[in-house]
Amino acid sequence: MWHNLRHLVRYRGLVQSLVVRELKARYRGSVLGFFWSFINPLLLLLVYTFVFSVVLPGTHAPEIEPYALFLFCGLLPWTWFSSSLNESAGVLISGGNLIKKVLFPAEVLPIVTVLANMVHFFFGLPILALFLVYYDAPLQLSELVWFPVVVLVQLLLTLGFGLFLSALTVHFRDIRDILSNLLTFWFFATPIIYPMTMAPGMGKTLLNLNPFTHLAVSYQEILFYDGNFGHWKWLLALGAASVVLFLAGYFIFDRLRDSFAEEV
Amino acid sequence: MAVPTAIDAREVTKVYRRYSHRRQFATLKSALLSGTMIRDLRPDETFAALRNVSFQVPKGSTYGIIGRNGSGKSTALKLVAGISKPTSGTIDVQGRISALIELGAGFHPEISGRENVFINGIMLGLSKKEVQRRFSEIVEFAELEDFIDAPVKTYSSGMYMRLGFAVAIHVDPDVLLVDEVLAVGDEGFTHKCLDKFAEFRRRGKTILLVTHSLGLVERFCDEVLWLDAGEARAHGDPRRVVGAYITSVEKAEERQLAAADARVREAVLQAPPTAAPPDGAAASAPDEDVASDAPADMFQADPGRWGSREIEILGVDLIGEDDRPSQVFHTGERVTVKMQVRANRPATDFVFGFGLFNADGLCCYGTNTAIEELAGEHIEGDGEVTLHIDSLDLTEGTYKLDVAVHRLDGYPYDYHRLLYTFRVKSRVKDVGLYRPPHRWSFTPNIRLRTTAI
Repeated sequence: MWHNLRHLVRYRGLVQSLVVRELKARYRGSVLGFFWSFINPLLLLLVYTFVFSVVLPGTHAPEIEPYALFLFCGLLPWTWFSSSLNESAGVLISGGNLIKKVLFPAEVLPIVTVLANMVHFFFGLPILALFLVYYDAPLQLSELVWFPVVVLVQLLLTLGFGLFLSALTVHFRDIRDILSNLLTFWFFATPIIYPMTMAPGMGKTLLNLNPFTHLAVSYQEILFYDGNFGHWKWLLALGAASVVLFLAGYFIFDRLRDSFAEEV
Repeated sequence: MAVPTAIDAREVTKVYRRYSHRRQFATLKSALLSGTMIRDLRPDETFAALRNVSFQVPKGSTYGIIGRNGSGKSTALKLVAGISKPTSGTIDVQGRISALIELGAGFHPEISGRENVFINGIMLGLSKKEVQRRFSEIVEFAELEDFIDAPVKTYSSGMYMRLGFAVAIHVDPDVLLVDEVLAVGDEGFTHKCLDKFAEFRRRGKTILLVTHSLGLVERFCDEVLWLDAGEARAHGDPRRVVGAYITSVEKAEERQLAAADARVREAVLQAPPTAAPPDGAAASAPDEDVASDAPADMFQADPGRWGSREIEILGVDLIGEDDRPSQVFHTGERVTVKMQVRANRPATDFVFGFGLFNADGLCCYGTNTAIEELAGEHIEGDGEVTLHIDSLDLTEGTYKLDVAVHRLDGYPYDYHRLLYTFRVKSRVKDVGLYRPPHRWSFTPNIRLRTTAI
């Protein structure tokens, strides 16, 4: 496993060009092309803002006004997370040709998926920045330095899940269907459309068990709320857990590696 | 022996899992705990694609693997390539490998050929710079200068394969693994590929070639391994191994033909006597004219047997030069057709007929005793009718026989339509049906050389 992990560094050129290919191929042939990377999160935001400000107004506390901005802080990273997981689950099966016919390090495929979605997340950031400026959000430099840390933790967490899911889906195809439903539930079990403070005592404990809660809250504290970044202890704990999760995911992936060429 | 070994496979066994849902959970658990999916499975749930196969490929040599479909050739190649791992045994490969197993496997249809060349090259182990350096050579080799910036999804399958081949071959491997990929292009491209292989050989690279093209093996390979049902049957000198392989394939073919024929005959020969062909062709019309101007519906009749059985054909044997009944012959071989006949009551009006058809149902030859001016005088009891063919001057292919005994007016005693199949093999792949015995000669100013192996 450690040996293979070290090898991974050698494949960075391959990972890089595959990520670029993924991004190029995704919007090839569409009229707006690459602009979809900006438009997609914007449209998503529009839908949610419409639902929760016009269709169901008054369901959210005054502390999370402007609501669109609050929503955006959690929604953008969630999109990265959920599409990474959804795509990872199928990536070994759809890339079966590579695994079966080419000497190809299979872990590159879920890694590329997660990274490509991360780049989309980055493309969404300028839009988020525009919102922040427009709403005159209370940004502090001392908080903003935490932003890369949150992104890094999320990357590790997502990679861990991605490796784990992609390897297991080869043997249990059902995972793909379970996963998309599970992710919908997961979304509502995360303080993205509502604030953490809204949760009652018991619910709060449960929310704290959800790893993505701490990412969402971190993003919100850094970008949205006033005051200092108080969630950093949780974030660092999650960071440690993510390292463990990544290694565990990689371990399982490595263990199942030899079966991929036969099962996909 | 100072030549170092490039590929060293020792006692390699590869066991695959048969598809089974039932045990999936247990095997996943065992996979996680012990790292193998196979060990916990019962023998009936597994399938050995390779069993204890060992071979050594010296550096710089060209090594062929031949065998029938499903004999484990491609599995062996995948193991050498490292795409899958042997269940037991070891494989050591020295140097960079490039596997021409599936060409263009990593191409993404939406992006251009140019970008795909880069990504594919990097997948196969080149750096970006190395691809850059070889780029124009690759494109030129693939003959795709005009299309390299078009998305790969617009390529024809030939263009796709050519590009895949061009990239793989320009990886400049020390060991090249080739799996039956020479059929990718037109004549010209195939020659270019062969030239490229020859160049590889000159430069002292090792080539492992899996192919059904025995001519290629004999021409190119220094050594050959013959795999049969996952086991090594023979290895060594290409001509010897290929010869043994061809013999075995012919024997197997013969068994298959015999079995298929036997099935048809069993169904048909048990049938009770009838007066007419089963498809309703007039009973009186056809038989005496089998050879000459028989009605069209006779030639189109389905395989079967009909007739009154006053005289019966009990069995037909085709006998080759080795004096044994056979169903595979070589062009020019001496063949005799023996019919066991029985007259259930004495008769004086009888004609023996013989018709030869190719796989398309075209009559290649037909004759009978009446046509050849032999009139029946008397037949009674059991006997044998033999047709001697001194030289079977047919081209390669599958042929079927009609044999019949009937009255001069065509009334069938026993008509066997297309019930006997045999195959003709030929080293020379000439075309048509008939090979007249022939030879070439030239005036001295016209020179040719033989390319026969």
